[in-house]
Amino acid sequence: MAFIEAKNLEKVYETEGVRTPALHGVSFSIEKGEFVAVMGASGSGKSTLLHILGFLDRPSGGEYVFNGKRFSDYNDDELADIRNREMGFVFQSFNLLPRTSVLENVMLPLLYSKVKDGEWEARARAAVEAVGLEHRMNHVSSQLSGGEKQRVAIARALVMNPKVIFADEPTGNLDSKSGGVIMEILDDLNRTRGHTIILITHETYTASYAERIIRLHDGIIAEDRKVKERVNGKEGFVK
Amino acid sequence: MKFIHTAKTAFHGLERNKSRSGLTVLGIVIGITSIILIMSIGQGAEDLILGQIQGLGTRTIAVIPGREPSGPSDVAQIFSDSLKARDLELLKRKENVSGLESIMPIVFGSESVSFEGETYRATIFGGTELATEIFDLAPREGVFISDDDVRGRADVVVIGAKVKEELFGDSDAIGKRVRVKDRSLRVVGVLPTKGQVSFFNFDEAAFMPYTTAQQFIFGIKYFHRFIVEAESEGAILRTVEDLKVTLRESHGITDPDKDDFFVQTQADLASRLSTITSVLTLFLASVAAISLVVGGIGIMNIMLVSVTERTREIGLRKAVGAYRKDILYQFLLEAVLLTGTGGIIGIGLGAALSFLAGLAISQFVGVEWKFSFPVSAVFLGLGVSGFVGLIFGIYPARKAAEKSPIEALRYE
Repeated sequence: MAFIEAKNLEKVYETEGVRTPALHGVSFSIEKGEFVAVMGASGSGKSTLLHILGFLDRPSGGEYVFNGKRFSDYNDDELADIRNREMGFVFQSFNLLPRTSVLENVMLPLLYSKVKDGEWEARARAAVEAVGLEHRMNHVSSQLSGGEKQRVAIARALVMNPKVIFADEPTGNLDSKSGGVIMEILDDLNRTRGHTIILITHETYTASYAERIIRLHDGIIAEDRKVKERVNGKEGFVK
Repeated sequence: MKFIHTAKTAFHGLERNKSRSGLTVLGIVIGITSIILIMSIGQGAEDLILGQIQGLGTRTIAVIPGREPSGPSDVAQIFSDSLKARDLELLKRKENVSGLESIMPIVFGSESVSFEGETYRATIFGGTELATEIFDLAPREGVFISDDDVRGRADVVVIGAKVKEELFGDSDAIGKRVRVKDRSLRVVGVLPTKGQVSFFNFDEAAFMPYTTAQQFIFGIKYFHRFIVEAESEGAILRTVEDLKVTLRESHGITDPDKDDFFVQTQADLASRLSTITSVLTLFLASVAAISLVVGGIGIMNIMLVSVTERTREIGLRKAVGAYRKDILYQFLLEAVLLTGTGGIIGIGLGAALSFLAGLAISQFVGVEWKFSFPVSAVFLGLGVSGFVGLIFGIYPARKAAEKSPIEALRYE
């Protein structure tokens, strides 16, 4: 069985009796170590898909298997454990804790993990160094630029050494230069460390870092193809 | 997640918003401060009152004319002239009241005392030489009134420290004659400063033989009190019974409900007053407790705002692996930390203020106030503030814990 397997996934939102379908039967599989970009216009259901893939939301129908684990077999706390150990998240709006140092932000997933607290700092430092922010270790998040904030978020996603990193429009709030740096880092994590990366984006350029693009349109897959000319990021960005 | 990390997380949560946390705590600080202050002052007042009563001696029994007031509205003292000279003679007899060691009749009232144009409104106190023992009154200058003075209705007076100061200033008072009503009385002694003793302030008193006071000052033939000393503490109950029986016989009363007098022991008085101060303290403390409820609602309000504001933070924590209960405990602990801090500050502030209040009372009221700080108040303060945090923190904390990670992350 594939690492990630989606079969006929459906999602319908219901608010105050109004049913809003977001996904109508989406099926695909992703192998370990792939770098997949999910593209689509806003409202195409790409964020909904990411939430389901990231065990943050339950599908209304169909089946989803992540690394042999079925969503429906676990309760909320067990899902939290799986997210903690096996998944990393990077969001468009960074979601760093305000007035909290870079190191402490990166440590956050460790707080909810079973890793011994004696190892926390060393692991967090290693993750901060991996994204090249060792000189910012004790700065608070408000003292960082947007690009730096997103690098901290990547370090936070890395700190538990997850199998997969979900990135939801990671460059959406950044200028092209900072966005480029973020993509270089993600690319490098995929190539040199073998992290599976699932990237949500609407920018073609950003998507071209991936090796495969799944394009959603109105809740169904409109296209699923390999990228012919993958942007070749600089090697050795991630230390 | 280990408790210590939840606690640290909660602490950082508050630290990130210092001024808001500080203002929120204020409500609890005020509530706990007032409770501690009231409890401490209540305890001090009780100690003071009981101390003064015990200062009168535990063997002391008072016979008071009139019917015993049965409640706060029943203040009308009928039969207030029921204690007569004949009663005094009967009570003095060993065969009537066997446990009696001594008895002193007293009369009192307010009258102007004047000396060479200086006038002071003093408490005229008519008694016997026994007052030196019963009220522990040794004159600091001169002598006290004697048995002979009482029998001879002598025109002598012993004045309190305040009376002396007001009328004579620094000059000598002994041997001088003061006027009370139309009577000229010779000052034979001056009392030392004593402050309040039980209900009497001897500093403002002019003490004279009861015979003199009855005949020349008040123009009455009855007494306001009999002060009886029992032989021993063990003899008090027996003495009280004998006093009642003798007086009923003398007054021709058969039904004890129709008594025209009542007997009060120091122990009665002490327990009654301590009940009053306890009830008062409790009442005031419960009024103060209302401010805690208000403070608690303030905490809840702020916590709710904080939960809404930190929706993203909550979502993020959940996305990276926080359990529902991790979030619940984090916010609950924030509330308890707020109220607990308020409690600790309140206890300290309450102790400091009641200490100052004690100093002020000693200074301005002239009583010897002992600062007392009940240990129970500390536990009560901490317990109550912690409890308020739990009660008013649970709702916001549950709201936080219920948030779904996606709803939270989507929140703008």
